[in-house]
Amino acid sequence: MELNQYLDVFIDESKEHLQSVNEHLLELEKNPENLDIVNEIFRSAHTLKGMSATMGYEDLANLTHKMENVLDGIRNHKIQVTVELLDVVFASVDDLEAMVLDIAAGGDGKRNVTEIVQKLQKIEKGESLESDPSQEVAAAVAEESVSTNQQYDEFELTVIQQSTEQGFSCYEMTVRLRSDCLLKAARVYMIFEVLEKCGEVIKSTPSVEQLEDEQFDDSFMVTIVTKEPKEDIEKKVMKVSEVESVVGTEISAEFLRKKSVEKEEKIAKDQDHVQKNNATTSQTSQNKKKQTTSSTAKKSSKKQQVVSNKTIRVNIERLDILMNLFEELVIDRGRLEQISTDLNHPELNETVERMSRISGDLQNIILNMRMVPVETVFNRFPRMVRKLARDLNKQINLEIVGAETELDRTVIDEIGDPLVHLIRNALDHGIETPEVRKANGKPEEGTVVLKAYHSGNHVFIEIEDDGAGINREKVLHKALSKGVVSEEVAETLTDKQVYELILASGFSTAEKVSDVSGRGVGLDVVKTTIESLGGSITIDSVEGTGSIFSIQLPLTLSIISVMLVEVEKEKYAIPLSSIIETAIVKKEDILNAHNQKVIDFRGKVVPLVFLEEVFEVPNENEEDDFYSIVVVRKGDKMAGLVVDSFIGQQEVVLKSLGDYLTNVFAISGATILGDGQVALIVDCNSLIK
Amino acid sequence: MTTTQSTTTLKVIAFQLMEKEYALPVRQVRSIEKLMHITRVPGTSPFVKGVINLRGVVTPIIDLRKRFQLPNETYDDTTRIIIAAIDDLEVGLVVDGANDVLDIPSEAIEPQPEVVGAVEADYITGVAKLEKRLLILLSLEKVLN
Repeated sequence: MELNQYLDVFIDESKEHLQSVNEHLLELEKNPENLDIVNEIFRSAHTLKGMSATMGYEDLANLTHKMENVLDGIRNHKIQVTVELLDVVFASVDDLEAMVLDIAAGGDGKRNVTEIVQKLQKIEKGESLESDPSQEVAAAVAEESVSTNQQYDEFELTVIQQSTEQGFSCYEMTVRLRSDCLLKAARVYMIFEVLEKCGEVIKSTPSVEQLEDEQFDDSFMVTIVTKEPKEDIEKKVMKVSEVESVVGTEISAEFLRKKSVEKEEKIAKDQDHVQKNNATTSQTSQNKKKQTTSSTAKKSSKKQQVVSNKTIRVNIERLDILMNLFEELVIDRGRLEQISTDLNHPELNETVERMSRISGDLQNIILNMRMVPVETVFNRFPRMVRKLARDLNKQINLEIVGAETELDRTVIDEIGDPLVHLIRNALDHGIETPEVRKANGKPEEGTVVLKAYHSGNHVFIEIEDDGAGINREKVLHKALSKGVVSEEVAETLTDKQVYELILASGFSTAEKVSDVSGRGVGLDVVKTTIESLGGSITIDSVEGTGSIFSIQLPLTLSIISVMLVEVEKEKYAIPLSSIIETAIVKKEDILNAHNQKVIDFRGKVVPLVFLEEVFEVPNENEEDDFYSIVVVRKGDKMAGLVVDSFIGQQEVVLKSLGDYLTNVFAISGATILGDGQVALIVDCNSLIK
Repeated sequence: MTTTQSTTTLKVIAFQLMEKEYALPVRQVRSIEKLMHITRVPGTSPFVKGVINLRGVVTPIIDLRKRFQLPNETYDDTTRIIIAAIDDLEVGLVVDGANDVLDIPSEAIEPQPEVVGAVEADYITGVAKLEKRLLILLSLEKVLN
């Protein structure tokens, strides 16, 4: 089978399923009694298993299968959910993730997982890692009730009773297919054919329709009335290939009647138990109650989303092509508008106006298609925080707000790593240990809030912790000793500026290098990445109560606001994000400072950069008495770019110069203007040293 | 061997530069465009004319006359831009005119004649004589280096 074409889909979907498993496991940890969550996990795991078996990734399928067995145990009340158990399951999800990543990177998805498999099998067999006798008893009781989980109605019971009276036997056959069985429906058909030769099938769980649609896991149960001995039937069914096991148990109508009564009692008891449990939770700390309600609320909203969100996957390249074609259309629209105003024909005007409006809407839609909820980045953090909290022996509650906020795909891809870094930092340096927190009169559990929201043309992402905050003196001391700032400057800095020193290169606040954040990478990398995306980062902190790291990002990278300027006959675009302001300066106001022309801009000496010289523009015009200057900044440094005239502000689509023209000095890209010509985008950062 | 040789032909796009005829394999040519506005890109090699907007894609343009150190000539109505590509790398080549697709039998291709005084140009892979025409076969990879 040619599977390569499905590989991308497989990898994408596997990642999605693993993510969903991750999320639900976290939820399960909070509500260990909720079997809905287990079912949800089971479903994802099961799909993943099926997919990987089809694609021929045996290791992946096997490990998922082992994990599934454990989940099945939980589902059937055989295994109790414990933190230790979740650790093992989480670890196996990690392994699965690694395998999928390996496959994505072109590997074969093989990995040594014997240890984790052993642990899973141990759990599955009920040898829970910490054996607890009361649990085992509970498991044993649960097991018994599972053995006949078929429900019979009165009619079926009568049939069973009458056939036993006529000398027939009645068996419940539990058939388990091999986990790598590819055509389950076909196997079911074959098994039914065998069974129907032996006797009469009176019931199956799940129903025959569901079995035909493959709506079952590996096993199903069939009730058969027959004169043949149970062993013979078992052997006959085993002849069908890909059947793992067949277990028959004899049943009688009386036994079933008794059982069903018991079951009803048990259900009533269970409900009682659940109610009791609810009562106890509500009695315990309020915090916990809030958690459960919030998580259930989240879940219900998610369910709604599933119903309303019908999506298809589109290759981002196709979207790019669509966008390119659309830009062509926009350029032609501009020409049409020009022509229609020139001709001033009412019908033409009307049509062109309509077209402009429609294409404007279309543009919005196309841009929106590239938008992805920030959730895709955020959803990996709960897992990370859980693990880090355990590693650091801290209690941490991660709250995520505004995960539905949308960002351009290109920004999403870049923002993950900086956020990981900041959250690590918040956990490691921000939140104190439970003992310290208690001593300071704070709740033992620290809170980290990860928040995203839109504001204007920007997206803000904030990481707030209620930890120790930043110690101004400590930071200053360190910055001075590392030579990041000088004594004189240090005294003039505001609190905010001091906090931002921790983002400077060559600065690390860690007293000792810890396993968590001490990876040889400072927060300066975070700052660089964010700035390269056209964003900025600020820090607010109150010592003793916590810090907020706030990141501002542009909505999209592909569209930027620029100031179009003219240098002789050439047009250049200067990104608005780096412009402070524009000015027109008289020639005699320009000063000479050691071969460098400068201006006095609001009391600051700003060096001038003549774009005409830098870009070697063919000179034609006479020199003017006035200079048009765009004051730009790079960090704290400024420069004045001298141009001939300003054209105006415009939103443009950013384009690369292609593979052939790489590293052109002071040019960061190009854009296509309304008249179809290409204008170059000036890279202000490389013009300021 | 001789039979296979006689049957293999190379399909090329022929174009003019300074009354000489050059050829590029047709599989490397994406399209032939009329001259359009070229935006100069400062700080690049002298033969890089600039970039154009090729249906929404910013495409670099190389002036082949400059590249081959031939005298400059002003552009006119016959001037064309040949959009050529190696893998994903797409460039436009400014030529004096392009209008022919030819089949060159492989036996007509000879290495460039080497005599004293001839310009050594490693971007030429060979010459082909076709009736009375002489075609200079170009290696696009080398031209772009």
